[in-house]
Amino acid sequence: MIFFWLFVTFFEIGVFGFGGGYGMLSLIQNETVEHWHWLSSSEFTDIVAISQMTPGPIGINSATYCGYTAVKNAGFSMPMAVLGSATATFALVLPSLILMIIISKMFMRYMHTRSVTSVFQGLRPAVVGLLAAATLLLCTRENFSTPTENLWQFCISCLLFAASFYGVKVVKINPIRMIIYSAIAGLVLLY
Amino acid sequence: MNIYWESFKIFFKIGIFTLGGGYAMIPLIEEEVVNKKRWVSKDEMLDLIAIAQSCPGVFAINIAIFIGYKLKKERGAIATAAGTALPSFLIILAIAMFFSQFKDNPIVAAMFRGIRPAVVALIAVPTFNLGKRAELNKWTIWIPIVSALLIWLLGVSPIWIIIAAGIGGYLYGRFVYDENNGKEVTGV
Repeated sequence: MIFFWLFVTFFEIGVFGFGGGYGMLSLIQNETVEHWHWLSSSEFTDIVAISQMTPGPIGINSATYCGYTAVKNAGFSMPMAVLGSATATFALVLPSLILMIIISKMFMRYMHTRSVTSVFQGLRPAVVGLLAAATLLLCTRENFSTPTENLWQFCISCLLFAASFYGVKVVKINPIRMIIYSAIAGLVLLY
Repeated sequence: MNIYWESFKIFFKIGIFTLGGGYAMIPLIEEEVVNKKRWVSKDEMLDLIAIAQSCPGVFAINIAIFIGYKLKKERGAIATAAGTALPSFLIILAIAMFFSQFKDNPIVAAMFRGIRPAVVALIAVPTFNLGKRAELNKWTIWIPIVSALLIWLLGVSPIWIIIAAGIGGYLYGRFVYDENNGKEVTGV
């Protein structure tokens, strides 16, 4: 049954995943963590980190990883988990395949009409909201710890959040490098 | 050489060597497909990028499918899509299989305690970048705020937000705002 729902969920994510890799992440996060509880929020952030550091599109990387982990967490064996990752990845790509072929076949010339551009104009600000929501939903105990649970880790986490935000947004440090820096910081300060 | 195999191989190669997501793939795709193979022209490529960007789904996969379809219809599209997705799939699968063994290692665990807040920041940054690109003003700023609050506090699925925003944009464009001369109009 989990395979069926993995397929449906990632197909949906493929249909509604506007706004590039990160826009899609907010959908993946919402479906796999909030709705289905296939993954914990720290597992999700680990997956994003690993997807970011390995080659290839983030959407494919995280679908593969989520499919694998979801089936594994449900208590299945490794070959089944591999099947789960294949299911999720295939389901994510399938809508693109259908949609792009339809567009290539007949809608190429409609893509610049006002109706279509208006739809995209409405989507753009909403995708910003989606990403903001994903950020807020990821500010959890598992990712940051809490002041009562472990004050030191909580403070370091907030500091690392602020530093990474500043580093990537203002100083324009490459995200992969930023992940490596924070891993070192984690090793030194949170061991 | 068989064109399916050839296009598969090119996109497989591109899939292996691009770190940092879909946009990083564009220069490589251009180099291979526009400059070397001449499967699509430079102008066509710009058009494809614009369309693939606004469509849902994985950006790099969308581009690959467009090019594959142009070469050899449906089968070509499947070949290029598979080529793009396969390297990521295999690499991630290998990591997923072994990561669970290292996860509880205290060194790895400490590193990930540092990585997690950084990743949340990595997701926060494009929120602001996209906000800038969406050219939000005092009339539209409420859209992302309300969407975010609906998802965060009320647990509304982002899918409904996407659907509502698409319909809203369509209705607005059709009945309220005329983009070409900037005045209020009704109808087309």
